Order: sequence, then structure tokens, then C-alpha cells
Amino acid sequence: MMTFRQAHWDEPLIIERSSEGRVGFSLPSLEAPVDIPRALLRNRPPRLPEVSETEVIRHYLRLSQENYGVDSGIYPLGSCTMKYNPKLLDRLTATHKIQDLHPLQDNGSVQGILRILYELSESLAEIVGLNKVSLQPAAGAHGEFAGATIMRAYHRENGDEEKRDELIVPDSAHGTNPASAAMAGFKVVEIPSNSTGCVDIGALRSSLSPRTAGLMLTNPNTLGIFEADIVEIAEVVHEAGGLLYYDGANLNAMLGKAKPGRMGFDIVHINIHKTFATPHGGGGPGSGPIAVTKELERFLPVPTVERDGDRYYLDFDRPSSIGKIRSFWGNAAILVRAYAYILMMGRDGLEEVADISVLNANYLAKKLSQIRGLELPFPDKLRKHEFVLSAAKMAHETGVTAAHLSKRLLDFGIHPPTVYFPLIIKEAMMIEPTETVSKQEMDEAVNAFSKASDEAYSNPERLKDAPRNAAVTRIDEARASHPRTMELTWRRMTERQ
Amino acid sequence: MVEAHPFIPNSAPGTKEEMLREIGVREVQALFSDIPESIRKNSTLQLPASKSEIEVRKQVEDLLSRNLSTKDITSFLGGGAWPHHVPAAVDEIVSRSEFITSYTPYQPEISQGMLQALFEYQSMIAELMGMEFANSSLYDWATALGEAARMASRVNSRDEFLIPHYIQPDRLRTLQTFCEPAGIRIVEVAQDKRTGVFVEEDLRRKISSKTTGVYIESPSYLGFFENDAKRVGEIAHEKGALFIIGADPISLGLFASPGELGADIAVGEGQPLGNHMNYGGPMLGLFACRGDQLLRQMPGRLIGMTLTRDGSSKAFTMVLQTREQHIRREKATSNICTNEALCAVGAAAYLSLMGPRGLEKLCKTILANSAYAIRRLKELDGVTVPLFEAQHFKEFSVGFDGTGLTASHVNAKLLQRGIQGGICLHDQFRELGESALYSVTELHTREDIDRLVTAIEAILEER
Repeated sequence: MMTFRQAHWDEPLIIERSSEGRVGFSLPSLEAPVDIPRALLRNRPPRLPEVSETEVIRHYLRLSQENYGVDSGIYPLGSCTMKYNPKLLDRLTATHKIQDLHPLQDNGSVQGILRILYELSESLAEIVGLNKVSLQPAAGAHGEFAGATIMRAYHRENGDEEKRDELIVPDSAHGTNPASAAMAGFKVVEIPSNSTGCVDIGALRSSLSPRTAGLMLTNPNTLGIFEADIVEIAEVVHEAGGLLYYDGANLNAMLGKAKPGRMGFDIVHINIHKTFATPHGGGGPGSGPIAVTKELERFLPVPTVERDGDRYYLDFDRPSSIGKIRSFWGNAAILVRAYAYILMMGRDGLEEVADISVLNANYLAKKLSQIRGLELPFPDKLRKHEFVLSAAKMAHETGVTAAHLSKRLLDFGIHPPTVYFPLIIKEAMMIEPTETVSKQEMDEAVNAFSKASDEAYSNPERLKDAPRNAAVTRIDEARASHPRTMELTWRRMTERQ
Repeated sequence: MVEAHPFIPNSAPGTKEEMLREIGVREVQALFSDIPESIRKNSTLQLPASKSEIEVRKQVEDLLSRNLSTKDITSFLGGGAWPHHVPAAVDEIVSRSEFITSYTPYQPEISQGMLQALFEYQSMIAELMGMEFANSSLYDWATALGEAARMASRVNSRDEFLIPHYIQPDRLRTLQTFCEPAGIRIVEVAQDKRTGVFVEEDLRRKISSKTTGVYIESPSYLGFFENDAKRVGEIAHEKGALFIIGADPISLGLFASPGELGADIAVGEGQPLGNHMNYGGPMLGLFACRGDQLLRQMPGRLIGMTLTRDGSSKAFTMVLQTREQHIRREKATSNICTNEALCAVGAAAYLSLMGPRGLEKLCKTILANSAYAIRRLKELDGVTVPLFEAQHFKEFSVGFDGTGLTASHVNAKLLQRGIQGGICLHDQFRELGESALYSVTELHTREDIDRLVTAIEAILEER
């Protein structure tokens, strides 16, 4: 068993390191003082730290050491596809040839980046089996919002907008699906899963009506099970006049195996920071391009990246477009990384990604489901990129919940699974190893789960005060969100003291 | 594929076989047998074969080398993304692999570093904006504005949002996309032709009991300040509307903060705070507000400081998650999940380095540089600069109507001399005639500005 001890610096807030007169910057000397009308000036300077560059570097380096990333170890957070981020990608973008490009530069000076964006769009369209791509969404949820807005525009053009105001979402969907649907102005109709964890076609049929705008679905679903009835699902939704939206969070296992376009989806978003190995940055920046069928092309956000012979350009002349969903053209620095990743992997490498991500998930599912107190619902089904374990038996028998178990895993240097999601499984632990972990790392994880299970059945109380080896012990979450004790800034904090 | 893949350890044939034996299947393809054949056979990828790191590096570097960056040519573009100095220490901090390769800090005990950095970011943005709370980032200024309008409407159940006439086109169009599904109507308020200030009669005519919020920018898209922003806020509040200010965070080292001007919500673009322009993305959406009622309606992730359960140490964690999509689903305050966390860490590092003195000095440097540029450009016959009689910061409009040349002609001729001129304004604001928006920061030297002036002078002589 691996031992793990995360750094703990007890690092003060950077403002507590402040000492009057210290600076961490240097600027060219000022030549001419400028007079500003007093009324425009700030009365109170912002309370920012006065610290030297040395102190800033040490402070943030220490904080980084109190943070766990994919480079630290296994990170099987379900539906997040925390795969290894090849280092070349970060090197390639650390150049002024991308960092110091202004988005409004003359077309002639940005041919290199435009060609990269164009070719990436083409590759992504090929990978998902659809016609045209917009690279603009900054994240998956942003892509969902753009996609749902395209649905509205499509129904509006058909004179159906008022009528078609319902978007159907399964109860196992990612939380962003219903949130994005609502944000785009739809009523959300939730349908239950059937006894095999898949879309209940009967329930789907009975929820379809002339008010249906479409269905949002991820396939494989959040249980990691492929919706084998997808062709029929697509048919009934289309027959009812609705569109199919594909949540690309679970695309990893489908690369070269099942293109969403071939499954019958009309709109797809792609989580670049999941499937295409760009780093997630502690929560972002990501990138969430969308791809659509030929019929929906004209609705894509402006501008699109186009090619005319050897020249690449941004096309703003798109009268049916839904308009803008953000400033400028997309998270270019992330997209360049994805371009390089796809080049490196090629068709063979991407198929290998699908193969091994599925092999790893099935291997780990088999091993973990043999551990006392853990169960794999729908055991006869194949899994794709991920699977969901239930710790309900353990919770019932020992009082040790999925949350307790997760916290104990931290002590072994393992990032815990996504817990309590999807909502349809009790004490859910959603596990996605990805293709980039080794068998040995998975075996170590199995040992850690196994040890935690032994503890649960022998000495459950001891397990409940985990973690002990992380930077801090179990956090008081209730205090954190309580109106009387909540601290969201250092000013509030010091005013209270 | 015979060889194993460098990022896929279990692609080694021996390992693969061993794992298949454990699962009890003969080949990997059997794990995909539940996918209908009709889909499988049409899903092969028509892409080139894999390439080595050597080949990919060469190919991508070659393509990128065809770009001319703002380090290769002198550029006066701003208007939503600005060239500012990014201290080396900031680049170093945001390159820490523990930060870069982590996910959203759902497991706070092993994510304290990211959480503390984001708490510090929230604290610093709240300070700059003069507001009580800031979230831990949105995508960019444009989407932050869209979220602000929707938040205002949720708070007071009204559906008209007042905006200034002079607003960046992407910001306006994004706002429209965000407002339309929520049934919020956007109403433009006139700005004085000479000074750029809100025309009070027009504001009073348009504001009503339907108005959910009044939005101004300080400084405006065209670089000038609203002379009496407080007054606009008072009028908004008299009618029960929220007052929302969009601000350039750099300007806040010297100029009045949204909080001091009476704003209820503040938004802005955080890219200038230690983040590169990156051809327009990623950007960093700043979002701040005041009051507990607004806090509960705030979009995006919030980090709070608390204690460990045993009280042994301070600790950080995500708070008020019941506003967010993963808990509240269709009733969430926003659909946002992935945000711009690493850019926020960069901003926190940047603001720590600059401190209050650095930011103030930076503002004065930018003011001195742009004042110099305005003074020099004024020497040119027929050139009007700026078009508005007001205090400007960083950006200013340059009118070419008196020269008989179009702004796009001037830009084309400047390009031939290795200079990227400002943003042409004619398409969006016809009343401004042939004009362009120029941006000058601390990166522009006197020589750069002199070269611009000499070049325009030569273009004028060519007429």
C-alpha cells in the first residue's frame, strides 16, 4: 500500500503577509504627471497585499503543494475524464505567437491560428459525425446553452417556438443539462430511467408531445452504460418533431466506436478539457465546442472559421445565427492544445483511447465490486468509460457512507470518485479511471478501497474521522455556509474580528 | 498498433492480455458489443495516423510562426482584450502542475491550495470593485453582463434592462442572447454627443417600474468616464432598479470603484490582470455584488473560509452550493460549472505583486502614455482626438472625417508600415463618422507612439 502525506504549510492569507511599502512590481519611470478630476478618483485604496515578488512566489508555491492534480496521482472522478495532460500541449502554447495575439488583428497576421482553428473544427466534426462546428463555447455548460438556444431558433423558424417549450432530460443527466435547458427558456421534463439504468422508452414516448422541443442525452449514460436503444430513441424524438442533443461529457469511450451523429444526434457539445486532454486548471479554463447537422448549421454563433483556398477567415455574415454567446472566438489557447493532441493521437491513438478507457473501467469495476459492502448495480451490463458503485450495503451494515469512504481514500493518495451522483443510485460512487492510468495504479486503488472496507466492518468510528493525511482534516462544511459564520472575503473576516 | 502508447500505459500488449483475462473476455472489442452494428461500422475515424512528439511540435510551431503577434508588430487594438505586461512570476505560478492539472475542488481536504488562492482572488476582486462579495469567476465580461441582467430580473421580477448607447458589440450581442430566453428587453439610453455622459432626460424617459437594472461602464467602451455615475445610480434606485457597473479592473487602482459609485452589481474583464490575450480566450469574467439578498442569487462558484471540524486549522471549501446546477438543476442561478479558475489564480498572483501602489502607478503610467498619444495625434491636420470631451483611460476615439480618409484605409496603410491601427467604429456607430478606437497601455513606448504619428502623417501626405 502506498503511503501519502500531503504538504501542510498553515500558510497565512497573502494579505496577512503584507508589510507597508513592499512591492512586487517594477514599471518604467513615469515622465509626465496627469491631473484627474477629483470626483473621478477612488476615495479608499483597495486593500491589496504589499509584498515582494519572493513572498508571492513562496506563498503560491506552498499553496500549489497543498493541491492534488492529475500529475499527483490517480484521479478517477466520474464524468470528469481526468486523464493525463501531455506536457507538449502546455509547451506549445507558451509562446507570444498565441499569447500575444489580439483577437481583432488583421486577418493577414493571424493565418496560422485561423488555420489551426479551422482544421480543428474539421477534425471535431469528423470525430462526432456531424457537419459543422463552432469553437466558441468556453465550457460544456456554455455549449449546452448555445445548443439549446439553437433548438429554439430552429423551432422559431418553423413557426413552432411558442408551442415547443419543453426539453426532456433523463433523471440520470448531469446537472448542467436541466440548468442549461432552463437558461435557454425551456421547461424541463424529467423522465425516469428503466430497470436497466437506461432511458425508459415507454416513459419517453408518453412525455413526447407537440410541445416537445427535444431531448438532451449523454451516451454512454452517467452509469457508463451504452443506451443500446439509441436508434429507436432518436427515431421517436424526431418523429415527434424534436431534436436530439448530445452531452459530450461522456465522449471518451466513443472515439472511433460510435459517433453521436451516427446515433441520430443533431447537436453535440464536446468537452475539450475532458476528451482532448487539455488541463482543467482547478475548474477552468476549459472549452466546449458544439457540432451540428447540416440543417442546423445556419444557426451557429457568429463568427465561424472558414477557408477560401489558402486563406482562412472569420465569417460574420450569418443572418440566421443565434448571435453571440461570449466575446471573441473561443478559448484559443485551449483549442490549440486540443489540435496538437488530436495530431499526436491520430485515428489509431484515439481508438486506443476508447479501447483502454473501457478496458480499464471494466477491470476496475470487476475488482471493486468484489469488495465487501460495495455493489455494482446492473451487473450484467457492459460498462464503457465509467461505472457507478453503490455503497448502500456498507452504509446499512456499518454506518460508513460513500462520503466517509471517499474521505478515507484521500489518506491513501487517491482522489475519490464523484459521490452521490447520479441521483438514481443510493450511496453512489461514480468512477472513471480513464485510459491514462496503469494497471498497477488501479490495483493500488483496489487495495485502498479494500482496506477502507475492512476498517468499515471492524472499526467504523476510526474511519469517520478521515482524512488524516491530507493538508487539512475533515472540513466543517456547515460552518462554511452558515450565514453567521460564512467568510467570503478577507475584508468581512477582519471587520468581524 | 504494435507499440504501446506513451500516455496509455495499459496499451502494452502483455498488460492488456492480463486485464482481459481478469475480466473474462477474449478481446477488447467484445466490450463494445452492445453498440449496434449499424452505428459501429459508420464510426471509423477518417483522420491521419498518430504522429510523434517531434513531428507534432514542428507542425504546430510552424503554423503558429505564421502569426504576427503584438510583439512582432506595434498594435493599438483594445476594445475587450488588452495587451498588458504579464509579470514572469505570474506565468510561473500558473504553470504549477498541481494547479493546472486539478479539477474543480469537490474534495476540499486535498484541494486547499486552489481553494485558498480562489478565496484570495474573491477578496481582491471585492476590494477592487468596492463590493462585498465576488464569485470565483465567470467566462468573460460579456457573459458576466448577461448573468448580471438575469440576476437583476430574478431579484426584482422586472424585465427591462437599460444599457448605454456606446457598448462593445460582442458584449451587446451576448447580452441579447442571454436576455432573450428570460424575456428581458434591452433598452438603449442616449449618451451626449459632446461629452458621452448619459442624457438624463432620456434616462428618465426610459426608466420605469419595469426597469430591472441600469447598466453603465466606467470607463466606457470608447474610453471616457461618465461624469456623474452616482447620479445615474440614484435615478436607478429611485425607481427600484438595480445599478450595475462594468469596469476595467486596472483603472480601479486610481479611479472610483463601482461600490463607491453606488453599484449593486459590478462586472468586468479580468484578462488584463496577469492573463495573456491568447487571441481572445480564455478570458476572465469578473462578477461582484453586495447584500445578502443578491448573494443568494449570484451565479457561479463561491469559496468560503472555515475551520476543520476539530477546529485545528483554518480551511477553505465551496459554499452556498445549493445555488448551483449540480444541486439545484433547472432551478440553479446559472448553468455554469467549468469556469476560469486558473485565470483567477493568475489574477490573484498579479494583484499580489502589484499591490495598491503598483496598480496606482500602472494607472498613472497608462494615463501618461495615452495623454502623450492624444497630444501627438492632435498635431495632425484634420484628425480629431478624442471625439468626446471627457477624462479618458487607456482608450480613446480618433476621428478621421477631417482628413477625407476612411478609418479602414488608414489601417490598411498603417499595416504596410508594420503598425496595427485601432478598431474601426463606423459600422457600429455611424454618427461617429470615420473613426477608430485606439488603446495605449504601459507596454507602448514613446517611440511606438511617435512611429504611429509619423506613419499617419505620411499617409495623410499621400492623399
